[in-house]
Amino acid sequence: MRRTVLSLIFIAAIASMIYSCQGADQLKQDIYYTNGRDIYIKNCQNCHGVNGEGLGALTPGLTDSIFLKENKQKIACIIKYGMDSTITINGQQFEDKMPDFNTLANIDLAQLIVYVTNSFGNKQGMYTPEQVAADLKKCSN
Amino acid sequence: MKSRAYLFYTLLSCFILLFSACQENRKLPVYGQREAITVKNPDGSTSIDTLYQSIPAFRFLNQDSVYIDNATFKDKIYIADFFFTSCSGICPVMHRNMKDIYEKYKDNPKVMFLSHTIDFKYDKPNVLKRYAKKLGVNTSKWQFAYGEKEPVYQLAKDYLVAVFEDSKEKENYVHEGYLILVDQQKHIRGAYDGTNPDQVAQLLKDLPVLLAEDNK
Repeated sequence: MRRTVLSLIFIAAIASMIYSCQGADQLKQDIYYTNGRDIYIKNCQNCHGVNGEGLGALTPGLTDSIFLKENKQKIACIIKYGMDSTITINGQQFEDKMPDFNTLANIDLAQLIVYVTNSFGNKQGMYTPEQVAADLKKCSN
Repeated sequence: MKSRAYLFYTLLSCFILLFSACQENRKLPVYGQREAITVKNPDGSTSIDTLYQSIPAFRFLNQDSVYIDNATFKDKIYIADFFFTSCSGICPVMHRNMKDIYEKYKDNPKVMFLSHTIDFKYDKPNVLKRYAKKLGVNTSKWQFAYGEKEPVYQLAKDYLVAVFEDSKEKENYVHEGYLILVDQQKHIRGAYDGTNPDQVAQLLKDLPVLLAEDNK
């Protein structure tokens, strides 16, 4: 009886350790998400809106999850260096210039990307500063 | 039991009276400088009256390249602000909020909107037209005004809004984000930070008060 109880406690302890390890990744993503939200409010929300709804035909929304998924490797470049070309999102053309945010560090960009790609109906999970660094090497402008 | 119900209804009607009294008495303040002047009454006697600061006459081109002036806003109350189309700071959120109010009062001919650009180099009427279109504004209810630097920057002072050019700034222009509420007599009756949701909500509460005042 005693042995059974002890082994049950042992198994429970191991299980909770494994569970907390998995939780660590989730925790990291949550931290990125929360910090990313602060960066978003400060730099992006004026144009893109509280709910990523955009502004008329001036600023595209961030709710097109397919566009964001297909262009995920370009997001870091677009935020850091701005965008001057016309893009079409959801059948609507947007031709206005997006300003650059070149003071943002890779970690900021990663946190921002985690926030944007996990809000407004997007659910793409974690993004790391290393991935951002790799993306930035391939910027076209 | 009966007396208790009686007491309850008496109290209730007291409260209703109190609250409705509060609502009716609400009056918006008049902003800006004021001075006492002596006026002559029809019977020959004189009395003292208050002269409030008001928006002076202006004449600018709008988004349709048509001149607009004080007469355009005759018998209207309007919300004015200062912005420029290439501004990525506070302007989008100001105009997002102003657009919401515009949509709410779309069918009320007494309410108008006036946005002055402070980018006298780039924001010519055709640029303003394009901007208005993209914002989703295609009526003369919301006027976008273009003018030379001197008259526009001077007018901003009359609206109690700070605007200036600063070449050290990334976007070259600096301005405050106030939405200014102007009544039929061209007096400033409210100034609300167009980037602050609470103040925009207050503007939405104050608009009916001003409309009711002018209907009297």
